[in-house]
Amino acid sequence: MGEEPRIGVFICHCGVNIGGVVNVPEVVEYAKTLSNVTHAEDNLYTCSEAGIASIKEAVEGHTLNRVIVASCTPRTHEPLFRSACEEAGLNKYLFEMANIREQCSWVHPHEPEKATEKAKDIVRMAVARATWLQPLEEPELEIRDSALIIGAGIAGMTAALTLANQGFRVYLVEKEAEVGGNLRRLHKLYPTMQDTSEILEPTIKAVKAHKNIQLLTSATISEVKGYVGNFDVTATKDGEEIPLEVGIIIVACGALNYEPPKGLYQYGVYDRISTQLEMDELLREGKLGKPERVVMIQCVGARKGEIRALGLEGFPKSDISRLLGKILKAKKEEGWPYCSKICCMNAIKNAILIKNQSPDTDVVILYGDVRVYKEYEDFYSKARDLEVRFVKHIEEATPEIAKGSGDKLIVTAYDALSGREMKLPCDWIVLSTPLRPRKGEVLLARMLKIPISPDGFLMEAHLKLRPVDTQMDGIFLAGVCSGPKDVSESIISAKAAAARASILMANKKMRTEALTSVVDEELCIGCGLCEEICPYGAHWIEEGKSKTVEALCRGCGACAAECPKRAITMNHYTDQQVLAQVKAALIPEGIELR
Amino acid sequence: MEKAEFEPNIIAFCCNWCSYAGADLAGTSRFEYPTNVRVIRVMCSGRMDPIFILSAFRWGADGVLVTGCHPGDCHYVKGNYMMERRFEFLKDALSHLGIEQDRLRLEWISAGEGEKFAALIRDTVTRVKKLGPSPLKV
Repeated sequence: MGEEPRIGVFICHCGVNIGGVVNVPEVVEYAKTLSNVTHAEDNLYTCSEAGIASIKEAVEGHTLNRVIVASCTPRTHEPLFRSACEEAGLNKYLFEMANIREQCSWVHPHEPEKATEKAKDIVRMAVARATWLQPLEEPELEIRDSALIIGAGIAGMTAALTLANQGFRVYLVEKEAEVGGNLRRLHKLYPTMQDTSEILEPTIKAVKAHKNIQLLTSATISEVKGYVGNFDVTATKDGEEIPLEVGIIIVACGALNYEPPKGLYQYGVYDRISTQLEMDELLREGKLGKPERVVMIQCVGARKGEIRALGLEGFPKSDISRLLGKILKAKKEEGWPYCSKICCMNAIKNAILIKNQSPDTDVVILYGDVRVYKEYEDFYSKARDLEVRFVKHIEEATPEIAKGSGDKLIVTAYDALSGREMKLPCDWIVLSTPLRPRKGEVLLARMLKIPISPDGFLMEAHLKLRPVDTQMDGIFLAGVCSGPKDVSESIISAKAAAARASILMANKKMRTEALTSVVDEELCIGCGLCEEICPYGAHWIEEGKSKTVEALCRGCGACAAECPKRAITMNHYTDQQVLAQVKAALIPEGIELR
Repeated sequence: MEKAEFEPNIIAFCCNWCSYAGADLAGTSRFEYPTNVRVIRVMCSGRMDPIFILSAFRWGADGVLVTGCHPGDCHYVKGNYMMERRFEFLKDALSHLGIEQDRLRLEWISAGEGEKFAALIRDTVTRVKKLGPSPLKV
C-alpha cells in the first residue's frame, strides 16, 4: 500500500439539498472516528470556489494523501474534484466520491435519521475504498496523421475531403466499383428539388483529384488491428492485400433501401408496384407517363413490430370484426421497428414531381402519421397546394391490393376518420420503405469492436453528447450507417466526424484511460480465457502468458472477474477496493467478525 | 415489547454507465425508496466477480442486487451477458450453501429508468423482508 493513508473527508451540505435531510455535522464527527481519517470537515458547497480552496489547503496543511468528497454523484462533479486534487499535487486517482445526495438525501427526504445513518455508511464505505486506492498514470499515445474512411458515399467522400483539405492523408475504401453510394440512384433532392448530380459530381471530381486522398474502389476491409492512433488495417482489392497504417477510422458504410419481400403489398407480384426509390428512377427516366391515379402507402416495413392502441369507438360493428382479423395479420408483417424519418419527405417529393409533370394525376398518400420537421412543413404545404391528397388510414389494418378491371389495381384500406372501408382504383402503387442497416455491417462492427444498436445500425457513444463518436477511441461514424438521415444530415454528420477525428490527429498525442487491467505473469497460467472474453482484443496469449495492450483496454474488468487464477488486476476497481467497500457496508468499524 | 421490524441489509452493485446513472436519476426525480440499500459502483456488471457476491453474504448481507445495462446496451459490448451467465451458476451455488436463491437478484436498469430503479429497490426490500434475516447471519 506504500505510505500510510492520510484521508481527508469533505462533507457537503449542498445548501439544503443534503443538509436539509442528513445531519451533516453528525456525519463529520463520525468520519473523524474512522481509521486512516486525518481530517474531516463540512462545506456549504464543496464544489464552490471556497470549497475547492479548503480541499487544497487541507491537503497541504494535513499532508493528506487521499481525498473524499461526500456530496453528489461522481458522474457530474468527479472531474472538478479530481482536478482540485491534481492542483494540490495529489494524483487524481487518489480521490474518491461518496454519493450522499442522489442516492441518499434526495431519495429519503422523509427519513432524516435513517438517511443520516445511511450517509455515515456511505462515507465509511468510501474511506474503506480510499484506503486501498493507488496513484495511476494515464499512458500517452502517438497518433498517426492518416485516416481510413470506409465507404465512399456522400458521407464518406465529404469526410475524406474535409480531412484531406486539412492536410491529413486519407485512404477512402469503397466496396463497389463506383463511388457515390445511394445518391447515385436518386434523381432529385428534397426540399430544394435540385438534381442529385449537382452535389454528387463536383464531390466525386474533388475526391478523385485530391492529392491527399487515395481512393480504393472494389475493395473491402479484411482485418483491423491496433488501437486509437495506431490502426493497422488490411484492405483487399482483387485478391491482393493492401496494408494501411492509419491513426483514425471513420465508418461511412451507409445503409440500404428496404426492399419488401415478394408478396408484401403484392410487391413483385403485380407490375406497377414500386418503392419510392424505384419511382424516383422512373421519374428520372421519364417512364411514368400520365397515370390517372397513383397511391402511395407510407411506413411499409417501418414502425412495425408493435401494435399501437386503436380507438375503435364509433366504428360500424361489421367493420370491427373484419378489422380485428386484419390487425392480427398486420402483427406478422415483417419490417423494422423504427421510423426511417426520410420516407415522408421522399413521398412528398415524388408526389410533387408527378404533379409537376402530370397535373391531372390524382396522387393519394395513405399515411398513419406524417412526420415533416423543420422547413419540410412548407414542403408538405406545397404538396397540399398542388392537391396531393393525404389520407389517414388505419395502419394496423394493412391495405389490401387486388387486380381490378383492365390495367387497374385496387387498394382497399380503412379511412381513419370514418372507420369505413375505401376502395381506390389506381394505375401505380408506390411503397414508402425505410432505410435499413446493411447485413455486412455486423462483420465490420465486430472487426472494429463497436456495438450495434437494437435497431441494427452502428451505435454512437452517446446519442446526444457524442453523436459521431463510438465506444472505441479513434473510430467515428458518418452518414446513415448510424441511423436514417437525409442528405444534408449525412453531410453534417460527415463533417462532424471529420472534425472529431482531426482533433486527435492535430494533437499528435493523446492520453488514454488509466483504468486498465494488469496481468501478473507469475500467476498467469496462459489458459486464454481473458483473450476469449475481452470484447476489445486487449488480451492475448503469447509464449504461454497473457499480454495486455493498455490502449485497447477500456476498463470493464470482465477479465479480472473471469480469471481463474486471479492473475488479473483491474486498476481502480481492484478486488481489495471493491471488497473493502462491501465489508464496510455490512460491518461497522470496531465490530469483529466471528 | 413488540419486536422491532426486521430491516434487511442489501448491497446493490451498479454499473457506471446505465444502472448507477439510473439510481442517480431516481434521486434527481425524487423517487423515494427505503434506506436499506447500499450502492457500490463498478464500471460494468461484467466486473462482478462471484467473490464479491459471496463475500457480501459472508459478511451478513440479507440480499444482493446486481444491476447492469439492458441486453444489447452494454457500454462494454457484452459485460452484462457475462454477468448473466455467472448469475445462473451463482444462484445454484447459493442454494447449495443454504442461502435462498431469491436473495440474489439481477436486473437491467437503463440511465433513463430512475422510476424503475426506485421500484426495484422497494420490491427487493419487500421480498427480502419476507425471507427474513440471511441464514448466514446469526
